[in-house]
Parts: sequence; structure tokens; C-alpha cells
Amino acid sequence: MRRAAPWIVLALALAFPLAMQAEHQNYYLSFASRIFVYALAATSLNLILGYGGMISFGHAAFVGTGAYVSSILLSEGVASAWIGWPAAIAASALAALAIGAVSLRTRGAYFIMITLAFAQMMFFLVNSMKAYGGDEGLSLRERASVGLGVDLGSDVAFYYTALAALAAGLYGLHRLVHSRFGRVIQAIRENEERAEAIGYPVYRHKLVCFVIAGAAGGLAGALLASHGKYVNPNVLHWTHSGTLMVMVILGGVGKLWGGVIGAAALLGLEDLVANHRVEWLAAIFPNYQQHASLGVGTVLLAIVLFAPQGIAGMLARKKHA
Amino acid sequence: MLELKNVSKRFGGVVATDDITLGVQRGEVHALIGPNGAGKTTLIGQISGSLGSDSGSILFEGSDITRDAQHERVRAGLARSYQITSLFKRFTVLDNLALAVQAGSGSSFSFWRPVSAEALLFDEARAIAGEIGLAGRETAVAMTLAHGEQRALEVGLALATRPRLVLLDEPMAGMGPEESENMIALLERIRTRVTVLLVEHDMDAVFRLADRISVLVSGRVIASGAPAAIRAHPEVRKAYLGEDANA
Repeated sequence: MRRAAPWIVLALALAFPLAMQAEHQNYYLSFASRIFVYALAATSLNLILGYGGMISFGHAAFVGTGAYVSSILLSEGVASAWIGWPAAIAASALAALAIGAVSLRTRGAYFIMITLAFAQMMFFLVNSMKAYGGDEGLSLRERASVGLGVDLGSDVAFYYTALAALAAGLYGLHRLVHSRFGRVIQAIRENEERAEAIGYPVYRHKLVCFVIAGAAGGLAGALLASHGKYVNPNVLHWTHSGTLMVMVILGGVGKLWGGVIGAAALLGLEDLVANHRVEWLAAIFPNYQQHASLGVGTVLLAIVLFAPQGIAGMLARKKHA
Repeated sequence: MLELKNVSKRFGGVVATDDITLGVQRGEVHALIGPNGAGKTTLIGQISGSLGSDSGSILFEGSDITRDAQHERVRAGLARSYQITSLFKRFTVLDNLALAVQAGSGSSFSFWRPVSAEALLFDEARAIAGEIGLAGRETAVAMTLAHGEQRALEVGLALATRPRLVLLDEPMAGMGPEESENMIALLERIRTRVTVLLVEHDMDAVFRLADRISVLVSGRVIASGAPAAIRAHPEVRKAYLGEDANA
């Protein structure tokens, strides 16, 4: 059953567009694509946060770098995703290399603060890029094009593209955490001092891990920009880093499916609260839909208190019981 | 094999190790004894590379390693164990050992192939588990082991890096008589292939195992020599063996 579960999920995801009624199709496909993209971003954060034990509060910097690089290329007339997305990945990897090289020399709370500070610096940098919209952001006329007779402008095509990126990301993470490198990264999370004492260059391993996560975050950013055909500096804002962190914690820190479950749960919850008015709740709290984050915060608090391994950990525990 | 020349370390105003000159010869068990706070663990840190040295130089097999990072020293064949048990607690015994074996065999920047396919790593890890008396306990998670077993694994992690010189920081810490006997037997087995620098408070074990003994008091080596000479050394009797000089 455990081995079959990922394939069942994949089959359902593949069949989802076919099962949709035409009238609702666009809305739900677009919403599902958004979940996939955020799932990829959260999964990339889970690699460093969950498996590597590096509590980065600046992951939006890499998602944002990917989003902006791909968008700037699009606005300059470079339409091909085969150029735009690798460029986004490369730029985010480079940003992660620079930020990681400095940040990873610190530990604990200092690491959290310095990653946050770097991300905010980039937020203000992008804010001041007047040529590319400044604080108003950058609207795109088209999504990136992938050729091969596929039009990414269609929600179905974009859905499958986002699904493919997420599936590749998850499979990559699965391979990585069971590889030599992945074992070392988890050992460093468990006991950094001892990892060094049995002969591992700890800093180098952490930095490589940080760069891989940044690169994957960059791809998620490029997809995010194409998805909404719009990007603004808030994609780099610290609250966006916080959102990704909430997804990982909600879904399961250091669990393969943690990022996916967390992204689906958080975005699903937000959508539910915003678009589906519950009358009896509204009778008590008339404006509750404007205070959705209060509800999300309550759920998060409950998860941290009662299911510290997130929803993924909760599901795994049930299976064992 | 290992030479310390005028090595010192200060923590603020406190001198932890003071102008230490010391040699460890290939093949010997060299015990380092001294009262609490004498600087033994600091010195182990300086030799292993987790602590830098303020002055002096450290030579390992003829090359200067004073500025080398700890992981580089491990690769060169110099590993340590800890006085306070330091394991990968949520890993199994076998995974703990395989991880240490992996560190010494090939690159760990391999991102795709599953470790579980590497039978050699686990064969060697199993052999070490047997050597340290943990055969049959390979699948136990480290944090669930009994104290004596954790101490054995502590030493096993250092041995799994295939060191030529191993620095053992109080391997018998907190052990009962029976567990201590097992540890002494283990050290007797490994001494034929690994040089040992042994920090230990258990004087019985020290005098049974050591070829040579150095005595550290207040960060200084006050005596160094064969066990018989150390036992007879007046300053040593006064400074350290005082409480059990008649033992």
C-alpha cells in the first residue's frame, strides 16, 4: 500500500482534468496548478529545512529570483521556456550560492535572521527596479512557450507542465535523500559536530544542499510567474518565505510529501474560507472571511502542538497503528 | 607518529593547555591522565582539529596539520571519540557505522544512487558492529541502546573511519566493571592495528593498557614515560595519584 500510494496520487492527478466539467475546468485546473507550483517551492524548502536542519527564513528570495529572471526575459522578448526556466534555475542557484556561502557560517537564530535579512535586501532591490515595474510589479502578455506543439497558455497544458515539474522534483528529492549525499545531510541535521568528526566537510555539504534547494525554488518561481502572468516584489517578501515555511510545517518537516500536503492544505484552506461562506459561522463572526489568516493560524497552532510531524507524520502514524 | 610542539590554548584569561610538547609513537597505547580540568579534552580537541591552537604546531606522520580542518585530519587517519556520547541518535547502529565508513571511502557528493545498494559499506559496518560487541544489535536505533552499548558505538564510530591514530576521550566514562572489561578487551584487540591516545580516569585500565603515560596538570605535561616510572614519579604521586597512591 505504501509503495502504491504515490502512483495512485499520480494517476488521480493525471486524470483530474478529464474528470472536470467544462464550466468549472479553468478555475479548478488553475487552482490545482497553483498548488503544484507551491508544492514544488515548499518541497525545495523542505530539503534544507526538513532534511538538512537549516532553518532558512529567506526561501522566497530564490523563488522570487526565478520568478523575476524568467519574467524579465519574457518581457524582453525571450519567449522560450527552454531558455527562461534554465536561466531562472541558474540565477536562483547562484543567489543561493552567494547567500548560503555567508549565511551557513552562522548557526541557530543567527542563521534564521541572516537568511531573512538577505531576502529582504533582494525584496528592496527588486522594488527599486523601475524598468521592470518597481513596486507595481511586471505583467506578462504571454506565458513562456515550450514549443513541441504545446500551448502553455491553455490551462490544461500548464496543469500538466506544473505536475511534471512537481513529480520530477519529488522523485529527485526521493533519490537525493537516499543517496550518499542525502545520508550525510541528514546526519549533519542530527549531529553536526560528529559529522565533521567522522570526516565530512560539513559546510561544503550544507552549501551544496542549499544551492540545490535554491535552484528548485527558482524553477517554482518561474512557473509561478508564468502561471499568473504577473510578478511583483511581494514574491520576495519575508511573509512569502513565512508562507512556504508554514506549508512545510503543516505538511511535515523532513517528510517526502510534506511540501505537497502542506501546500494543498494551506491553499485549500485559504480558498475554502475566502470563497465558501459558511452561514452559521458568519452568523457569529460576520466578517470572518476577511480574517482568514486567524483561522489558518489556529490550525497551524494545533498542528504544531498535537502533530509535530505535520499532516504527513499524522497519516504515517495512523498506518502503523 | 604524532608530535605536539609547544602547543597552547587559551579561553579568555584561562590557560587550558600550556606549552605542551608530546610525542605518540606508532603502535603504542599512550595514556593521557590528569585531574579534572587539567586540559585533557581541550588537548584532544586541538589534536583532532575541532579546536584551533593559539600557538605551537602539531605534526601527524611528519606533516604539519596545525591549520588543517578536522575533516581533513580524519581523512589523513586521525579520528577521535567523545567523553560525552555523541551519536546520530535517530539512526540505527548499522547506519551510524555505515555513515562513518562512507566518509572514508570515496566521494559523498553522489546524489542519485541509493546508499542501500552499496553492500561494501554495510559489510564493513557489520564487521565493526561485531568487533565492538554490537552483533545482533545492528537494527537498533542508537538512542534506544543501553549506556554501555552507546559507549561501544561511540568508539565504533571513530574506528569505522579507519584511523591510524585514534584519540579516545574517556571511553569508560560511566561504565560498570563488566562494561569496562569489555572495553578493555576491545582496546586490546584494536591496539594491534591502530595507535591509541587514551584519556582515561580508570587507573586500573590505564596501567593495564598503556605502553607509555603522560601526566597533564593545569595544562602542562609534568611527566611522561613508562607506567612504572610514572607510578614512582614523586611529582605525579603528589599532584595526581595522591588519592590512590597506595592502590
